[in-house]
Amino acid sequence: MSEITAEQVAHLAYLARIDLSPLEITDLTHDLGQIVDSIAKVSEVATADTPATSHPMPLTNVFREDVVVPSLTVEQALSGAPDRAGDKFRVPAILDEE
Amino acid sequence: MPSAEMKNRAELMDFDKALELFEPVLGFEVHVELNTKTKMFCGCANEFGSGANTNTCPTCLGLPGGLPQVNKKAIESSIRLGLALGCEIAEHSRFARKNYFYPDTAKNFQTSQYDDPICHDGSVTIELESGRLVTVEIERAHMEDDAGKLTHMGGATGRIQGADYSLVDYNRGGVPLVEIVTQMIEGAEHDAPEIGRTYVAAIREIAKALGVSNARMEEGNVRCDANVSLRPRGSNVLGTRTETKNVNSLRSVERAVRYEIQRQAAVLAGGGTITQETRHWHEDTGITSAGRPKSDADDYRYFPEPDLLPMAPSRDWVEELRLTLPEPPAARRKRLQAAWGFANLEFQDVVNSDLLDAVEATVAAGASAQAARKWWTGEIARLANAAGVAADSLVTPIQLAALIELVSDGTLTDRLARQVLEGVIAGEGTPAEVVASRGLAVVSDDGALIAAIDAALLGQPDVLAKIRGGKQQAAGAVIGAVMKAMRGQADAARVRELVLERAQAIE
Ligand SMILES: [Zn+2]
Repeated sequence: MSEITAEQVAHLAYLARIDLSPLEITDLTHDLGQIVDSIAKVSEVATADTPATSHPMPLTNVFREDVVVPSLTVEQALSGAPDRAGDKFRVPAILDEE
Repeated sequence: MPSAEMKNRAELMDFDKALELFEPVLGFEVHVELNTKTKMFCGCANEFGSGANTNTCPTCLGLPGGLPQVNKKAIESSIRLGLALGCEIAEHSRFARKNYFYPDTAKNFQTSQYDDPICHDGSVTIELESGRLVTVEIERAHMEDDAGKLTHMGGATGRIQGADYSLVDYNRGGVPLVEIVTQMIEGAEHDAPEIGRTYVAAIREIAKALGVSNARMEEGNVRCDANVSLRPRGSNVLGTRTETKNVNSLRSVERAVRYEIQRQAAVLAGGGTITQETRHWHEDTGITSAGRPKSDADDYRYFPEPDLLPMAPSRDWVEELRLTLPEPPAARRKRLQAAWGFANLEFQDVVNSDLLDAVEATVAAGASAQAARKWWTGEIARLANAAGVAADSLVTPIQLAALIELVSDGTLTDRLARQVLEGVIAGEGTPAEVVASRGLAVVSDDGALIAAIDAALLGQPDVLAKIRGGKQQAAGAVIGAVMKAMRGQADAARVRELVLERAQAIE
């Protein structure tokens, strides 16, 4: 069995700003544990000379040229904002940062 | 002074005393903003000073459906910067997400690099004013995207403390940055503050010479975080370090390092401990204040960016880019100083005024190095200062070289040349055109001068008698009158010669 604990899941939920009920934490602890165990099985197959991979496609160096394309209008950019002041997004002051 | 500032003002130990008791250990993280036309992962313009939120799109706003695409030019600039810093360029490199919640990014993560930075293991050798050479080892230089700009509203000071709310402009969000991270710098000793300033100056100069960044610290193109810790003499255990953010001028880097050494020394000597924390530099008061301590919030849960493919810069490409590197700025300075024969102070004046390029171009356009230096650091710098603009935005090196030529061929005196300069700056044309349109050339026609001199001599018969009697110093009064009559457009030395001649010849 994996080492995933309810405390770790609660911590992760806090970092991700997701509100979880105690029941959801229990369920997710179980689910995440199974996922970690499954990944561990795959890792057993990988030999030392298999490089770690972060992408399923064997592609590299996909670049875009440095050419300006039109941006959104200010109105479009702000259309989804909960609050605005003039042409800026307005957000609550976050006091324990910076 | 507000009471919050009073609370922030820490005890400081005398700098020399602090160095007697402790050895400072430094580290720097310098962010260089690249001057690509577009952002790192989208085609929005990378511009300073546009209207708020005019350069945004679903990708840089982190909206659903946005898909990042890597700007090739930004990779190229990063590799060139890495090469200029003596770095190895990774054969395999990839982006990672650095997850955090703060309104300066709408994506809720910064796209950065974690375990596979594009550049690693370089070094920069800097020269201090004493001539001491210090080699700063570079651990890595990685790419990332910049955050948006927050303005804190309400509250007394405009800082976050006491703010009621914040406004966000995402124009800067997604602009490409290279973050250059040094290894620990030991053995800095009393030079620690100067090493900080000189190192950041060197990075700025390299980025500018490469043309990969506008490298203006006042516009935030180059930003420095300074890490400082103290180790008691005789100990080999590293002290707890603080990271001072928001140090955005060369002078501030020097002051912030000095301040942290003095502050930490006082805390440690008083039996206290240093908290591992970020601190904020306050330019106005010259102090640092505690930010938040390292905590759970620093658990950034980096993971490879799934929306971007890995990079594998080919060795051919890297070598091709290496061929585009300019002469290293330090070597260039040495070469130019020797070629121009400037004294150290003269040369420093040019470098500190950021006029090396201007002087070099003026010399290339045919002017003498000394004349170019005098004009750029003298009259032009004075006018630029008064107008609040950069000296090299007022005139071109070619215009200045033409002006200098008019002085050296005797068409203009220095005084007239300053008037011509004003005309050139006012957009009246080339120096020659301004001379013609304003009628400013020195009157070199002896006929006109002689007429004016004769009139002046005859108008002051007592002076004429004195000169004739051998009192040459009496000529001053006549010379003054002649210069006035010629509205200053005469060569005073020639006038003097002619006055003495005419005093004997006149009937
Ligand atoms: Zn965009």
